[in-house]
This record gives sequence, structure tokens and C-alpha cells, in this order.
Amino acid sequence: MRAEPTGTTGLPGRLIAVEGLDGSGKSTQIRLLHQWLEGLGLKVFFSEWNSSVLVKDATRRGKKRHLLTPTTFSLIHATDFADRYERQILPMLRAGSIVLCDRYIYTAFARDGVRGCDPGWLRRLYGFARHPDITFYFRLPLQVSLGRILEGRPRLKYFEAGMDLGLSPDIYQSFRLFQGGVMEQYDRMADEFGLTVMDATRTIHRQQEITRRIVAERIDLARYRLRRRR
Amino acid sequence: MNVKRCFGQPPAGVDPEKLQGALIVVEGPDSSGRSTQIELLARWLGERGYAVEQVGLKRSRLVAPSLEQAQEGNVLSPRTMTLFYATDFYDQLENRIVPALKAGYVVLADRYIYTLIARSTVRGADPDWLRSLYSMAIVPDAVFLLRVSAPRLVERTLTQRASLDYWESGMDLGLSRDWYESFMIYQRRLRAVFAGLQDEYDFQVINGNRSARTIQRDLRFRVEALLGRLFGGEHLAEGDDDGQATGV
Repeated sequence: MRAEPTGTTGLPGRLIAVEGLDGSGKSTQIRLLHQWLEGLGLKVFFSEWNSSVLVKDATRRGKKRHLLTPTTFSLIHATDFADRYERQILPMLRAGSIVLCDRYIYTAFARDGVRGCDPGWLRRLYGFARHPDITFYFRLPLQVSLGRILEGRPRLKYFEAGMDLGLSPDIYQSFRLFQGGVMEQYDRMADEFGLTVMDATRTIHRQQEITRRIVAERIDLARYRLRRRR
Repeated sequence: MNVKRCFGQPPAGVDPEKLQGALIVVEGPDSSGRSTQIELLARWLGERGYAVEQVGLKRSRLVAPSLEQAQEGNVLSPRTMTLFYATDFYDQLENRIVPALKAGYVVLADRYIYTLIARSTVRGADPDWLRSLYSMAIVPDAVFLLRVSAPRLVERTLTQRASLDYWESGMDLGLSRDWYESFMIYQRRLRAVFAGLQDEYDFQVINGNRSARTIQRDLRFRVEALLGRLFGGEHLAEGDDDGQATGV
């Protein structure tokens, strides 16, 4: 069943989010989208997951000491999101901006869902947040996105790799299993929330073309021109 | 019978059926004598051979420092504040209350979700959202609400601290520029919310206008009855076997 689309109806702004696994190329795509919209002279604002200063402290403290449980991990990110939502995203939408979000509430649903948080509880927790006008889900076969991330044997972070779940003592193996779970969650949400699924195996350029076309079709961009001074 | 449950779904990884012990909550505004009463209860329980764990709000290692900092600057929105407090609450629930209950401790909570719900409700939070947020909390075995009349409360606050607290006066709500007036309005609103919570969550209301000693006697009487109910079977059986009174 599709969730009630609270949408941004009633607010003059428009909200666009990108979602997907690490390595799916979603950040690249939203950066390019941002450049394009700015180039068109539109009022556009970019917001990143996990960027508010106040909550960073607590998150760092918790992550460093591995103190977080699935519940507190979820709540600390919800706190951070609420802060950003009420301080940036909502005011920008009210002021009539196009707001771009690199990851949105679906990231929390996916990750926290894999960690065992109750899906209903999570959805109610984030019930205050409006669903975006467009959410792109950049979908890539699991092996490909894993390959992109793990290629250089990077230093993975404890929570990022889902080590707190005890899936495997090997951090790379744990990361693989965790990402697999996250992908299942995303796939399920594609229907639940009507996410726009993007084939992320295409070239960056081609994906961006499609992204821009969808944005232009679904949003009346002319309404978001910056007022020119004469 | 000692069976624990959560209000809604339990937190991931927590099985309420594995919990024993007792969870006793004391609620009441600042300067209601709450902390004193809990101290006295804890000492008394210890003397009677019960292992006691004390918990309260804003005591978790995880977010307490950030919360303090945020409160000083008064920069967080009510929702962010609510979520911060919820994080703090669940951190303590999972890292202190649950382990203590598993081990059969008597957990004395200096306020619980009710104060958090009341504060946020007064600040305009959606009641259903709040209840869902705290739905993973463990249902306490008893909740005692210390009720003190408003004039008495302000009198005690002023004699104890010589000044009113910004948050306990609800100054962030912009009710009045006058601290005394704001305090009175804010406490009245809190009291109204608590009156609603009282029926919903089955509080035992304790008249807090009496002397500390009288209140303590009242509390002990009720706690004794509760522990008898929770652990009673065990105690009686032991008492019968070797003819000795236990836990006295």
C-alpha cells in the first residue's frame, strides 16, 4: 500500500531527494542537478544528511564509544534530521525554494529497519517530515556498488559497516551483508513511497539527462527563478 | 506475578519477558521533594536487602553534555529538544534500566516518560507522535506522582534555589516576560497535562504538601505492598521453610 503522500502541497517550495546505497553515484547526480538548477538561475538549496553542528557532537561521542543501540542510533539521527528540517528545509520550502536533499528519511527507514527497529515506529517517528515531490532511488546491483566501495579496501567505519549487528567479525563481510539488507529495504520502499527508480548502471551523463528531464516534467521550474534586480 | 511489558513494541534486541526486578517511578515538579523522597527510599530499600539502581532524566553519557550545551544556548526547536530527550531516555532505558531489571534490581526512576511527554505537550507537540515515540518504554510497576500546590511550589523553589530556573519557568514559551508569572502559568499547564496523564497511565497520586517524613511513610507503605506483590511468593516460601523473616 502506498503511504499517504503528504507532499509539499500548501508550501510554495519543492523538495527533491536522492536515495541509494553507498557507491550508487547518487551524490554525483544530485551535485550535477544542483549545478544545472543554479545555472538556470533558480532558487535552490542543498542539504546533506547528517550535517547539523549541534548533534554532531553527540553522534561522534556515541559512535566513538560504540555506545549506540539500534534505538539510540535511530533517535540521534532523527534528532539531527529534525534540527535540519526545522531550521533549513522547512523554512526554505516556505520561502519558495527548490530544496535538494542528499539522503532523506528513507535512509533512516532502510538502515534502522535493517538494525531491527520497528518499521511502523520509524515511520511515525519521522511523521513530521513531508515526503518529497520527487525521490530518486539510484539502484545498482548489489555486487556493483559493493565493488565500487570495497575496491580500494577503504577504512570502513564501525556503524557504517553495520558491525553493531554482529553479522560477521570481518568488517568487509559485515558491510556486504549490511548493504544487502539496506538494498532489500529500499526495494520494498520503492513501492511503498512511490520512489522514482533510476537505473544506476547507465553512464553518469545519461542518468543526469534522465534526472533533469524528470525534474523539468514534474516541477514548473519557471516559478523558481530568482527575481532579477533592475 | 512479575511480568514486564512495553507500552508498544519493545526496542530492537530487548525481550521484556526476560526482565524481573521492579521499576518504580517517582514523578513531580522540581522542588516537590522528589529527589529527597527517592534518596530516602533508596536507603531504606538497601537496608532491607534490595539492590537499587537509580536513574533520572538527562543523565546518559551519550547526549547529556550536548543537551546541557544546547539548553544554555536555547537554540533547539521544541521537536529537536524532544528527540534529544528521547535519545537520552532510551540510552538509559537500554543501558541501565534493562540490565538492572534483568539482574533483579529495584530501579528507582527520578521521573520517566511522563515528564517528557508533559513538557513536550505543553510546547505543542502532537500527542500521538509523542506516545509513539515513547511506546518502546517499559511499563513501570508503579508510578507515584507527588502533587504540590502551585503557591507552595514557588515558595519552595525560591527558598531552595533563591531563583527560578529558566526551563522550569517555561521562559522559552514566551508566556510572560515576568518570571514569576511565567512560572505560575507554565506549572499550571503542566499540571493540567499531568491530570490527563494520571488517568491514562494509572498514577498513584501522593499529597506532596505534607512533611517529608509523612510522605516517605506513605511511599514506603505502597512500595512494600508492591514488592510483596512482585516478589511475594518467593519471600513467603522462604519464610515458611526456615521460619525466618526475609528482607527485614
